[in-house]
Amino acid sequence: MPTPDLDRELLPRALVDETLTAALRTGGRLAEIFVEDRRSSSAVLDDGRIEELVSGRSRGAGIRVVAGDTTGFAHTADLSRSGLTAAAAAAAAAARSGGGGRRAVEVGGAAASGAVSVRVPPEAVPKSAKVELLNAADDAARSEGAAITQVAARYGDSRRRILVANSDGLMAADDQVRTLFSVSCVATGDTGLQTGRETAGRTVGFELFDACDVSDMARRAARRALTKLAARPAPSGTMPVVVGPGGGGVLFHEACGHGLEADLVAKSASVFAGRIGDQVAAPEVTLIDDGTMAGEWGHYTIDDEGRPAARNVLIERGVLTDYMWDRIRADKQDRASSGNGRRQSYQYLPMVRMTNTFIGAGDEDPGDIVAGTDRGVYVAQLGGGQVNTATGDFVFGMTEAYLISNGQITEPIREGNLIGNGPEVLTRIDALGNDFAMGSPGTCGKDGQGVPVGDGTPTLRVTALTVGGTAA
Amino acid sequence: MTGPAGRAPVSESLLDVARRVVGWADDGEQVEAFVVRARETEIRAYEGEVESLTVAESQGIGVRVVRDCRQGFAYAGTLEAEALEEALRESRDNARFATADEHAGLAAPDGVEPAALDLYRPELEDFGVEAKVELALELERATRSADPRITGVESAEYSDTVYASAVASTAGVAATGAETGCCLTSYSLASDGAETQTGFGYSVARSPDGLDGARAAADSAERATRLLGAAKPPTARLTVVLDPFVTAQLLAIVGSTLSGEAVLKGRSLFADRMGEAVAVPALTLIDDATEPAAFTASAIDDEGLATRPVELIADGVLRAFLYDSYNARRAGAASTGSAVRSGYAGTPTAGPQALRLRPGSRSQADIIAGIDDGLLVQGVTGLHSGVNPVSGDFSTGAEGLRIRGGELAEPVREVTIASTLQRLLTDVIEVGGDLEWLPMSAAGVSLAIADVTMSGA
Repeated sequence: MPTPDLDRELLPRALVDETLTAALRTGGRLAEIFVEDRRSSSAVLDDGRIEELVSGRSRGAGIRVVAGDTTGFAHTADLSRSGLTAAAAAAAAAARSGGGGRRAVEVGGAAASGAVSVRVPPEAVPKSAKVELLNAADDAARSEGAAITQVAARYGDSRRRILVANSDGLMAADDQVRTLFSVSCVATGDTGLQTGRETAGRTVGFELFDACDVSDMARRAARRALTKLAARPAPSGTMPVVVGPGGGGVLFHEACGHGLEADLVAKSASVFAGRIGDQVAAPEVTLIDDGTMAGEWGHYTIDDEGRPAARNVLIERGVLTDYMWDRIRADKQDRASSGNGRRQSYQYLPMVRMTNTFIGAGDEDPGDIVAGTDRGVYVAQLGGGQVNTATGDFVFGMTEAYLISNGQITEPIREGNLIGNGPEVLTRIDALGNDFAMGSPGTCGKDGQGVPVGDGTPTLRVTALTVGGTAA
Repeated sequence: MTGPAGRAPVSESLLDVARRVVGWADDGEQVEAFVVRARETEIRAYEGEVESLTVAESQGIGVRVVRDCRQGFAYAGTLEAEALEEALRESRDNARFATADEHAGLAAPDGVEPAALDLYRPELEDFGVEAKVELALELERATRSADPRITGVESAEYSDTVYASAVASTAGVAATGAETGCCLTSYSLASDGAETQTGFGYSVARSPDGLDGARAAADSAERATRLLGAAKPPTARLTVVLDPFVTAQLLAIVGSTLSGEAVLKGRSLFADRMGEAVAVPALTLIDDATEPAAFTASAIDDEGLATRPVELIADGVLRAFLYDSYNARRAGAASTGSAVRSGYAGTPTAGPQALRLRPGSRSQADIIAGIDDGLLVQGVTGLHSGVNPVSGDFSTGAEGLRIRGGELAEPVREVTIASTLQRLLTDVIEVGGDLEWLPMSAAGVSLAIADVTMSGA
């Protein structure tokens, strides 16, 4: 499939210039237009039936005008000249309290477009092939035994084409494809119901399934639910926690990632404000946010402000080196954006967001880390989490976890949250394995906007975290 | 701007759009169109200036097609003619791949008249942007000056929505809804020099004259300042009192387990318990979108049927599940007018719309006065990761104040509270009399629950 001429297809150059000029009609420091055309499709199997296929399309433009410290923003699904001019006028009126002179805008040459690395575009795949994957997952999960009483599987893909242009003359485009597959199982036993889940997702097309066997995923999800039927209540109180490879990323996403977002730092709503250059973590800890990791769930070529994605080292050998930046926050500090300006859709203003956030590998044998833990909890799979960046207190869920006793992984325990404090936990990491892995694809929520993110870690141990169970 | 019935004229044109799509149905095909339009304003104040001002209108359509007992769905984020045609075409094509299901089909009118609710206030549309800006700026000033320990306002925001929807189908449904809503929200930072704590406060109303910015600011400041000095307490088992805002979040989870879909698919811990005592006798849980005070009130559900009160748990006994038309047919029951969608891009399913507990009589202070050793839970975090509505496992991060000898004592942080949903309902000691409607799908009320594990140091 030929690479489409993105800028021409999404919006003609002349109309981009005209809209930006209209947006600066009453003055302003910056005008920006963000055009998005998103197509998505999904198919759901539940209760043994192909329940529904859904296709959707949304297309529109968000226009912002920055004048002084005020941002005016308007969006429209009407990409005609009149629709865009009206939105530009609305954004300009919203920002009118600021200063800056009016000027005509002419954006740069051809849009620097992201290379489309997708081998099998999802829209080129027959719907029947997507449905077959679901049936295969259902069969595989149910083959794990009669205790598997319910299976839901979901296939989803999206293609998001964006065009960003601003009054500095920038014009850039990207074509972002994502494919996702998930399986959730319910197991029923004497102790009630338990659930198990597996998710795979990458910024690729249908070739995702060359490397990812949905039957294997389904069997893993089923076994996870079955294992938990025998789970005992989680312990309560503070103890060492070992997190398995791949899943621990959400811990850092919550424990410090959000606190390193420059918008929160600027409002003193982060415990990491003013701490650049400080030793904030154990010396083995290096934390990186990297939007350039091709294929990973949080990857893109340009961010939603037109800035190329970058690999940003946030903590290097325990020392806080930088925050993550979007255009507005970077301008205030007279520096460049770090390529972290993202938005859920054209209907939202961009803000500082993470991409793929991970802790680099250590050099310990993961088996030794468990063997060196007398009593504690081993978390094989994490759920989501949440943080209060101002206090640093965070929680994250454990969806598959076991007790560690005498250096051995023993009985499974029921679900619960772990709670800790970001700055404290960073200094309490005393072991990092040599088994780095990326984790499951996630959606990060902030201020009501969800964006796809990735994370990763090796096996690691935190010497003290509070386990939120009910057992003594 | 107003029509004779106080409804926005815009919803009439939406119904025309829906009817137009339905009119394209082929023989032997059922078609339903759900159309929405929203106009929104959002203003953020920061340090005495407008940080951002968003004005936007969005619209979209979701089209359901049922043919040969197979359902398909497609949506579009615009109402342009071409997009409507494509949505119908895609929905039709998607239906071919679904498994045939004898219960598949659309909602049919059931004769229940929609309640006459006055949810649309034209005065919101006449309220100027400058006045909205002033509300946001005043909210920030009021939050800052509420207490000398308030060191910052992370966000002070005014937002409003004018929302209109229409649903039409070949089964004879033709319904519209229109509503307005506005909200002030304050997130504050408090510091005593050594540490920082956060608090929030809000006020919601159908039109700006109902907003109480002073209360939002005062609540925000109090929630932040009263946590200053919070420490991590030792692990204990004790009685908790959930603040109304926390109770509302718990109710939303309980409500999701009473969805007919969860029940029929074996994903509800209450599936086999109809008619049994699942809670203490003092607990009566009602889902009622006809309650005009509810932020999520609506006279019609998302399939266009009239909403109606549903008593889910009566005096502790499980009495009903929530049904949309499909799940009702499957269960051999009738729709309870409980079809919900996540916007125009989502297919309808059964779910709660406006949950409330039957309130008791005493204030939160009176309830606390009777507790010797407990915890007032002011906020919870990680409900989405720590609560499993299938198994009932419940574990959440919490912050609040210890209760000692009937009085509020020192603040605590970095703890979790844990139990199971099943046990929480049977361990309820008292439902407070302080019912309040919040900007969410459930009402808040103080709730005292015994024997909850608090994990700390």
